[in-house]
Order: sequence, then C-alpha cells, then structure tokens
Amino acid sequence: MTLSESSDDSVKKSNPREDWPARRGGLRQAEVDTCGVMSSGVGYNDQTGAETAVEAGQETTPTTSSSGAAFGLFSSDFKKNEDLKEMLESNKESLKLEAMKRVVGLISKGKNASELFPAVVKNVASKNIELKKLVYVYLVRYAEEQQDLALLSISTFQRALKDPNQFIRASALRVLSSIRVPIIVPIMMLAIKEAATDLSPYVRKTSAHAIQKLYSLDPDQKEQLIEVIEKLLKDKSTLVAGSVVVAFEEVCPDRIDLIHKNYRKLCNLLVDVEEWGQVVIISMLTRYARTQFTSPWKEDAVFDENNEKTFYDSDSEEKKVPTEAKPYMMDPDHRLLLRNTKPLLQSRNTAVVMSVAQLYWHLAPKHEVSVVTKSLVRLLRSHREVQYIVLQNIATMSIQRKGMFEPYMKSFYVRSTDPTHIKTLKLEILTNLANEANISTILREFQTYVKSQDKTFAAATIQAIGRCATNISEVTDTCLNGLVLLLSNRDETVVAESVVVIKKLLQTQPTQHSEIIKHMAKLFDNITVPMARASILWLMGEYCDRVPKIAPDVLRKMAKTFTTEEDIVKLQTVNLAAKLYLTNSKQTKLLTQYILNLGKYDQNYDIRDRTRFIRQLIVPSEKSGALNKYARRILLAPKPAPVLESAFKDRDRFQLGTLSHSLNVKASGYQELSDWPAVAPDPSVRNVEVIEPVRNSGSGSEEESSEESEKTSSGSGGSSSGSEKSSSDSESEQRQKKKTKKRTRKPAASDRYAREQMLPVSPASSSPVGGHLRQHSTPSVSNIPNLVSPLIPVTSPSFGPVKTYELLHHMTGKGLAAKYHFPRQPCLYQPSMVSVQVILTNNSDHVLEEIHIGERSPAGLNVHCFNTIERLEPGASVTVSMGVDFSDSTQAANFQLCTKEDQFGVSIQPAVGELLMPFTMTEADFNREQSEI
Amino acid sequence: MIDSLFLINHSGDIFLEKHWKSVISRSVCDYFFEAKEKAVDPENVAPVLQTPHHYLISIYRDKIFFLSAIQTEVPPLFVIEFLHRVGDTFLDYFGECSETVIKDNVVIVYELLEEMLDNGFPLATESNVLKEMIKPPNILRSVVNTLTGGSNVGNTLPTGQLSNVPWRRAGVKYTNNEAYFDVIEEIDAILDKSGTTVFAEIQGVIEACVRLTGMPDLTLSFMNPRLLDDVSFHPCVRFKRWESERVLSFIPPDGNFTLMSYQVSSQNLVAIPVYVKQNISFLEAGSCGRLDITIGPKQTMGKTVEGLMVTVHMPKAVLTVNLTATQGTHTYDLATKVLVWDIGKLNPQKLPNLRGSLSMQPGAPKPEEYPSLNIDLKIQQLAISGLKVSRLDMYGEKYKPFKGVKYLTKAGKFQVRT
Repeated sequence: MTLSESSDDSVKKSNPREDWPARRGGLRQAEVDTCGVMSSGVGYNDQTGAETAVEAGQETTPTTSSSGAAFGLFSSDFKKNEDLKEMLESNKESLKLEAMKRVVGLISKGKNASELFPAVVKNVASKNIELKKLVYVYLVRYAEEQQDLALLSISTFQRALKDPNQFIRASALRVLSSIRVPIIVPIMMLAIKEAATDLSPYVRKTSAHAIQKLYSLDPDQKEQLIEVIEKLLKDKSTLVAGSVVVAFEEVCPDRIDLIHKNYRKLCNLLVDVEEWGQVVIISMLTRYARTQFTSPWKEDAVFDENNEKTFYDSDSEEKKVPTEAKPYMMDPDHRLLLRNTKPLLQSRNTAVVMSVAQLYWHLAPKHEVSVVTKSLVRLLRSHREVQYIVLQNIATMSIQRKGMFEPYMKSFYVRSTDPTHIKTLKLEILTNLANEANISTILREFQTYVKSQDKTFAAATIQAIGRCATNISEVTDTCLNGLVLLLSNRDETVVAESVVVIKKLLQTQPTQHSEIIKHMAKLFDNITVPMARASILWLMGEYCDRVPKIAPDVLRKMAKTFTTEEDIVKLQTVNLAAKLYLTNSKQTKLLTQYILNLGKYDQNYDIRDRTRFIRQLIVPSEKSGALNKYARRILLAPKPAPVLESAFKDRDRFQLGTLSHSLNVKASGYQELSDWPAVAPDPSVRNVEVIEPVRNSGSGSEEESSEESEKTSSGSGGSSSGSEKSSSDSESEQRQKKKTKKRTRKPAASDRYAREQMLPVSPASSSPVGGHLRQHSTPSVSNIPNLVSPLIPVTSPSFGPVKTYELLHHMTGKGLAAKYHFPRQPCLYQPSMVSVQVILTNNSDHVLEEIHIGERSPAGLNVHCFNTIERLEPGASVTVSMGVDFSDSTQAANFQLCTKEDQFGVSIQPAVGELLMPFTMTEADFNREQSEI
Repeated sequence: MIDSLFLINHSGDIFLEKHWKSVISRSVCDYFFEAKEKAVDPENVAPVLQTPHHYLISIYRDKIFFLSAIQTEVPPLFVIEFLHRVGDTFLDYFGECSETVIKDNVVIVYELLEEMLDNGFPLATESNVLKEMIKPPNILRSVVNTLTGGSNVGNTLPTGQLSNVPWRRAGVKYTNNEAYFDVIEEIDAILDKSGTTVFAEIQGVIEACVRLTGMPDLTLSFMNPRLLDDVSFHPCVRFKRWESERVLSFIPPDGNFTLMSYQVSSQNLVAIPVYVKQNISFLEAGSCGRLDITIGPKQTMGKTVEGLMVTVHMPKAVLTVNLTATQGTHTYDLATKVLVWDIGKLNPQKLPNLRGSLSMQPGAPKPEEYPSLNIDLKIQQLAISGLKVSRLDMYGEKYKPFKGVKYLTKAGKFQVRT
C-alpha cells in the first residue's frame, strides 16, 4: 500500500510538467477537455474518499493530477479568459482592476492563469496601489514558469527599491526576492545588501526574509548571505530580531559564533519582540545555551550522592570542606536567559508559552522546571489542536517528572466529548502520573472510561489499567480482579483487550491464578477476536500444569475448528498442542497428531513451517536428533514477563515542542540539541566591547531607546570592566563574603541563591511586557554625575550599578515620579549610612513645588534628607542623593515624599548586598580571610 | 516555515490555495483526505500528519479545514496558532468564517494572506495593523469603489507596525469616549452520578471594548486580585506592574480585544450553581428505556439562572424518544443521536423536569454506558469566583470617558456523568 501511494505521488508530481508542453503547443482542446472533466469527476470532490482517489489516480495517471483537473475547468472558462485579456490591455484602471481580481480568483482556486502573463506583466508599473499589489501576487505565482517574460518586470522593482516610501521599498524587495528566476540572483543579492542597511526597520526585516528566499534559490550564495545575516544580527530593532534569527536558522544554523556578541542583546530584547519572533529566538537560544553553558543538573547528583566528589570542585575547597562541595555556579548569561523568558509564560500565544516551557525543560535547574507547569495546563483550555500538541509534550515530560503534573491530575480527566486522540493522550498522562498515593482515584476514574461508548478509548483504558497494575504492585490484584469482571462485558473489543492485558499480567505474576485461567477457558467459546483467543490458548499452554483437566478439552475444541481459525490462533493452537503433548501425552497424543496433520497442509507458510518444526522437536523419531531431548526445556522454559511501557518512552530524544517530537520521527531540518559541554567555552566571547547607547533607528522613539540603553548598559556593564570574568558576580561575591564574616556560614545552596539574587546583571528580571512607556525621561543612569568622593579607603565599583527601583509611580504620585538606586559608594554624610540616589521626575502638566521629605517611620529612622526642591518644571527631572541608616537590617525605610499640596508614603527596601561596602583585596588576602570564617 | 495553505470544506473540496514559496501540488492533500476518511469525525483527524515529502498541519474550525503544507522542522504550535489567527482575522473582517464568505471575498482574503506571511514567516498578524493596510469590506465602500475605481488597499505603512505600541494605531478619534469591560467566567466541572464534584475549576476572561481618543493609558484594579491564580495577558499589559501591584496597566488596542484570561486558584471551592437529578435506565428485556431529569438551583448567589440547556449524546441504539418537559422544548436529532433540551430561565418554585421513554433498536444489546449530560447555563451580573473590578483610571488624556463593567457566568465544559 505504502509503495503504491508513494509511486502515485511521484507520478502526480511530475505530471504537471508533462502537461505543459502539450498545453502550450495548443493541443486539441476537446481532448484535453474531456480528460479534465473526467478527472474532476473522479477527483476528491465528494465522498469518494481518498482511497478511491488514489486508486483512480493509479489507473488514469496522465490526467488525474490537480492541474489536469484545473485545466479541465479552466478550459470551460476559456471564453471569459479572452475578455480578461482585453480588459487587462484596456486603458481603464477600473477594468484592469476588475480583471486582476478575477485572475486572483482563478489563482486562488488553483486554476491555471499563466496564459495571461504578458498581459498582466504590463501593469506592473501601475500607479494604482491595489492593482499593483494584485499584479505582484500574480508575478510571484507564475514568474518561475515564465522566466523570460518575468525579466521584463525587474527594472520596475529596481526603481521601486529606491522609492522614498519605505512601504514601497519593502514590497518591491518582497516581490523581487519571490521571483524564483536564477538569472536575477546578482540583482537580488545587491538589493538585499542595500536593504539590510536601510533606515527603515521594516525594510530591514523584509531583507531578512529575502535572505532565505535567495538561499533556497541559489545555495552557492551562502557566504555572502552569512555576511548580511551577521550585519542584521547586530540590529537593535525588535522588528528585525525575529526575522533575522529565522534566516540564521535556515542558512547557517551551525555558525553559533555569530550569536555570541548578540546573545545578551537578544535576551534583553526578547519581551518586546513580536510573538512569532519570540518563538524562533527562544528555540535558537535553547540550542545555543546547550553548547555554551555547563549543565545545571549536575548539582542534583551531588545532593543525591553526598560523598561523591565531583570533578568541578576546586582543589583548595575540597580539602577544607569535603562534604560541602563547591556548588555549581550558573553562568550569569544562562540565568539571564531563564529570567528574561519567564514572563513570556504569560503570553496569549500558545506557541510562545510552549517554547518557553521547552526552554526551561532543557535548560533550567531541575527544581525550577516546575514553574512552567501551570502555564502548560492553562494551554489545555485552548483549541483542540493546541491541546493535542501540548498533551503530547506533557506526556513526555510526565514520564521523567511525575511530580510536575501530579497536582494538576484532575485537569487530565477525560470528558466524553473530547476527540479520541485527546482522550488517549490524557489517558497516557494519567497512567504516567499514577503512584501509590493516587492510584485509587485514578482507577475509579478509569472505571468510568471503560464504559465509554468510544470503544477504541475503552480498549486503551484497559491497557492503561494493565500498565498501572504492573507498575504499582499494591494494586495488581485489584486491577486483575477488575479486569476479570470486564471479561463478562458485552462488548467484544473490551473483552478481547482485557484478555490480552490479563495474559500479560499473569505472566508478570506467575502465582496461583488458576481460577482466572479457568474462567477464561469458560469464556473461550464466546470470544471471537483472534488476538484474545490466541492469548487464552497461550495461557492454557503456558500454565497447563495448573489446569490439567481443562487444557486438553480446549485443545479438543480447537481441533474441531482449527481450519476456520485465523492464522495467529492456529499458531497458538499448535503451540498448545505441543506443550500438552510434552506434559500430558497420554490424553493428547492423538489430538496433537491430528492438529499437526492439519497444520501440515495449511495454506499459510508460517503454519506449515511451525508444524514441521514442532513435529520434529516433540515427536521422537530417528531423524529428530539431539534437540528432541531438550524439547521440554525449550518449550516450557520460564519466559520473561513483558514490560508494559509508555508509548512516549523514547520521545525524549527530540527537543520538546518540535515537529519531530510530535511525529516521533526526525523531521527534515531538525537540529539536534547537543549535550551540555563538560567545560564551558570561554564566556567572555559574549562580552560587548563598547557601551553604546542603543538607538532604535527609524522608529525614532525615545521611550524605547532609553529603556534599551539601560538594558544594554547593564548587560554589557556586567563585563565591560575588563577581560577577566570578574565584575558583577565576583563583586557581589566579595561583598557576600564580607557579610558572612558576621554570621556562621550558611549551607552552600542557599548561599548560592543569595548571590544570584544580588547579581546586578540586568533590571529585566521581570521586564515589562510592553512596559517601556513608563520609563521615559529617566536619564540613563550612567550619566548621573559622581557626587560623592570617597573618604574611606573603600573601592568604588568599577561600573555603575544600574538597577533602579521604583519609589513612586507617577500615577499614584499625581504626576510626580520617583525612582531610586544604590550608587554603591560610601555615604558622605555618615559612615553608617547607605547612600541612595533618587531621581525625581515631573510627569504632570503643571509645576511641582517644594518637594521634600516629611514624616518617617520607624520614628528613629536616621535619614539624611536632600534639600527641598523648590520647583520642578513639567517634564523635568532632577537627581538628588540622600543617606539612609538601615542599621544593617533589610527592614524598609518608610517616609513621606511631600510636595506643596500632597504627601505620598514611600518606602525603600534595600537588598542585603546594598548594605555592604565594596572592598578590594588580593586573592591571597581573600583566601586568608575566608579561612578565618 | 509555512509553505502553502489549502482551505478545504466539509465535503473535501479544496476551495482556496495559497503558496508562499514554490508551488506545492494540491495532490499533497490526498494524504490528508485519507486520514480524514479514517477518522470518520472531522474532529478526530490528527492535527499533524507526515507524507513522503511534506508535513501537513491542519486545524478544523467553522466547518473548514485549514491545511498547511510544510517542508522542514517547525514548532507545530507555531503553525496551529497562526492558522487560528488567520481564522480569527477572517472572522474579524467578514463577521463570519465560512466557505461562502471566503469565496465572496477572495481578493481581500488573498491580500490578507499576502500580508500575513512573507516567505512563510508571519509578517503582520495584529488586526489593527492589517486593517490599516487592507480595509475591511463594507457596503458603502464597495459602492464607492465600483464608482470611482478606488481600492481597499492603503498605500502607506501602518504606524502600528513601527511604533512601540504595535497594537494601537495613532490618531484615533471618537466623539463618545467609552470603555467597557466584560468579566466572563466559565465553570468547568465534572459531576458524578451522585452529584458530587469530581473536578471543578473556574476560568475567566476579561473582554474589553475600548473606544477612546488618542493614546490613553488605563489602569484597571481589582478588589480581590489574590483570587487570580494563573493569568495570561494581551501583549499590551505591563507585566511588571502586575507582578508588583496586581493591577492591569495598559495602553489599549482600539476596539474589541481580550485583555486577559485567568484561572481562579484551586484552593477556592467552586460554587456549582445547579444540581441535576437524573435517572436514565435501559431495560434489559424489551427495547426501551426511561429518562427522568430534574434541574434545580444550588449556589446561585441569589441570581437567576438563564439560558439553561441540557445536551445528551444518546447511545447509538436509541432510535426515538418520547418525552415530556414541564418547561422548555426538546429535540432529538435522529442522525447524530443528540437530545437537546432547551429550558431557558430556571424557576426555583417550579423545577423543570423532562421525563419519558426511549425506544431502542430491537435486538440491540443494552448499552454499556449511560450517556452523560452536558449542561449549559448563564448567570448575568455575577462572577461566580467573586472577582470584582474596583476601579478604572485613565491617564494621558484629558477627557472623561464613559466606563462600564459587566459580569457574566457561564457553564464551560460542565458535564454530569450518569
């Protein structure tokens, strides 16, 4: 069947081209016409169904193709076509437009309108936008077939590429690159290169799409295209990011080195990229991260096997604290990715949610993966097709991590209105989730399912019960009893499935279940499903010593009906006969011989073979040789029990959320997810040398660029201080170490978290979705003048801390907005104080006067206030610095921010790290200090 | 990404095809037809299929199959989500998504598809961006267009495409500024035979209709945001403010949109508004059965239950029904074996009851499973979870808008097992 299908397909594929010359050559119309009509008759129009269509296709190969059908219909439109040509060549715009609309109608129905090409192509330079667009549609569809004529239109596009309107430039590039004519490759290349540097991000986006089109047309251009991709990857526009990553994935997915420098930027832009771009960027970054970071899962191994030393322990640490292995340190860039994708779990786009879920699954430390659970379960409310994919992925996940989905078990309960494939997937998941604690609930639920009208589903439920029974030994007996009850079910599929499952269960539990076997023997006469009959026969033979009286009787019955049975039943009958012959030859010798004789002349090769083999094996004769002695041991050997496994067992070899995972077959173009490297490649490759404020060229929006520059400066700030991998984390590490002098040393794990929280890598921990408009007119932090000069020999950080916190939102503050951040410099008012810089902005439309600090609490709070600001113009902002004595606690400092008319209660909550003083020491000093702790 | 799209009607005719890369012969659909034939019910067709040279991903909605042909690896949800977005766009443009409407507007459909994908990758899917590029049809415009030869296509790049607020176009003007929010909650529940809750949860959405001039910045706050467990937002909502203050702050799209959808935390007990007493039995001997259903109010918070409807998928063996209802009308579809009892308003004084006999196919065995009842209901002016909007503030614009919030509770997938 498969063979014929595929050959049929290939015939159809080649077919349209065979048609062409004939049609162009003006084959006799009538002949083609009849073929066409005939073919459309046989086609897949109505209930004839696919199979008939396929068969018909085989018989009438030359004409049954779709284009043949199209041609048939087309020729009946032949007259209309003539007037189309006239209309297109007329002078009236409206007539032309009308004609083009009809032509598009023809294309949409899959009919052939290629004859009109010369008439249509003349209109490519039309002033009427709609007409022009429709001509574009036509050109893209037929240019490949009419290459010579298509070339006529090229100059028009070349002109349009220089048009002042970005929209026209973009659509010209779109069409030009869609014309799959090899001869214009150089022109396309030139156009792409130019468009990639266009001022409009929209045009640049189009050029990213054009790269893929050109690549598929002429793969030899790869090197040049990669250069363009490299350039576009540097683009800061959110509009371009998604498209260029698609181009990257298509053209050069192995050039991972192109991503390094753009990694942090992509992470930070991610929330603002359009949703489709998010999906491709996330899946690309997943692959990237798996090649660049070390596994976050190793530490679990450390926790599990406490004494085992892991190889990444540093030598010095190991000696001092052998049990407390140095914990795995997550690369800050790795953390950045996890943190910036998390808010996207709230996206309305199911594909985005799924891609974040797979990112967490493949990249996050084990204990963090469960944050995706809730969102995945939410997707089950969506369309049927979405449910199908999500359930497939959950099924794979739930095999490895039961705990993740167990709390949501009830969300997988089956409704009678679900389509069958959804039902079976839910069943699969419920089975995966079953454990000692919830098995009774699940079995009760299964009882309902067994009664379902949908018999395929009922049968699947029985198999699921079988799996639960083997996996959880406590309930094996209960399940078995339940299944035995099902044997008296009226529906045959249910009974048959139960028999098969019981057979497997009895095999795994070869205890005294002779009662069940007897019961099944009684049912034997009423069961007609071959698989079930065969299963019972096998059971009889295997455990014939337990049912010594019944087994021969069953064999007797089988001898009567042998000739009418299915092959599989016949084989098992022969088996049963052989086993009985060995154990109870007195009663069954004649019966066996009779059956073996029947088998000898059976029509089926297998049965004749098997009979011959069995006869030689069990019946002693001169020719039978040595094996005969071992017949008993061969046939009645103890057999290993079958393992009942999930059908999703091997799906984890594919990345979740991919087409390959869904089909459980490697799809073409699937990129393997590599294993974590044992040693992380140099992380400094991701450092960006210069901190440059990002300008979103083209859009000219200040709001976004200010937000962006904050993000990037933070991203690059974390590493700009030099090539040593120091800066951010080592900085905070030092502070952390200083802090811990006062306390006893905490366990390693929590220590790590504390540090992670303080990493000033990015303020984007929960980057606002669409939230960029709030930050406007906040001056870039790096511009804040250094107000304080160090008095004490403490180091000032080599980079500006960048994380600003909101003190007062302009909506609550009636236009007054305040943000604060910790400059991490010694406070010049009092050594015990922590210096805080506050940026006050007037977002209202009137002047704010007398901004000062009012009441504070706790009452004893020692605050050095800033001088009252007399006047703040609308839109203006001012930076003031103040000192707060938090008394080394993380308790919030509450005070009132007052204007002339209003008072607003605000509070500053310091993170632990902000309370510490920066300090420089050599590594030796550090180690010495540390050993004293 | 997406190579080609085929639209196929219920009976299996391909009535529209569109290619974004090289043309793929429509014979590729044969594999789909084969699968469709096997599945019997269109709902049962697997969304992802493999053929020797292509992968087929399809969705089924409004009696149309949207079938896309794909050549390389792509996340299947990406395609499915996009296809549904195409369906939504048709709905948005033409008011319905049906074969006739698509055939009538084939040119606009083609223009839309052209704008929505470039080389198989989504280009513009936001409804307001599309509407600026391709005007939705209306009678007046089509008359004017035929007279003047005008067009449906805008000739400038929509502002939304480039701005930071891609969901809103610039220069919106209204004489009446208004913002309406509908809090719609659905109860998903499975009740077992005795009426105990097997599973129940509340899902909600906030649908908004905002017609405001300029660039308003709205803040919607709740009395009890703690109720909300899991949320997903329209891209316009600022996630950070939700995290920190539990308020929805956003610059709204123009017109109708879904602001957020949420799930009420599972700790809260779900109030089940009605109880169902039912007795369906099939007699062993003789080919008939009995049916008796009564519905009464349970936890309705003092509101009236409306739009009450019971749907029962009868076993195949049930030939006809002979029932009497004390209230409402009932119909039995012989072909699909679906019994629908449309009750309407629930009167607590006089509980609606449906009883009578079922006649079965003679000789057929007694059905194993009793059919489950699907309940549909509506309660106006009530959010069953108790969620309340406390206020809506507007910043950025000077005028006073008219504001309104409506609550509605509906039955979602509400099933009573028998």
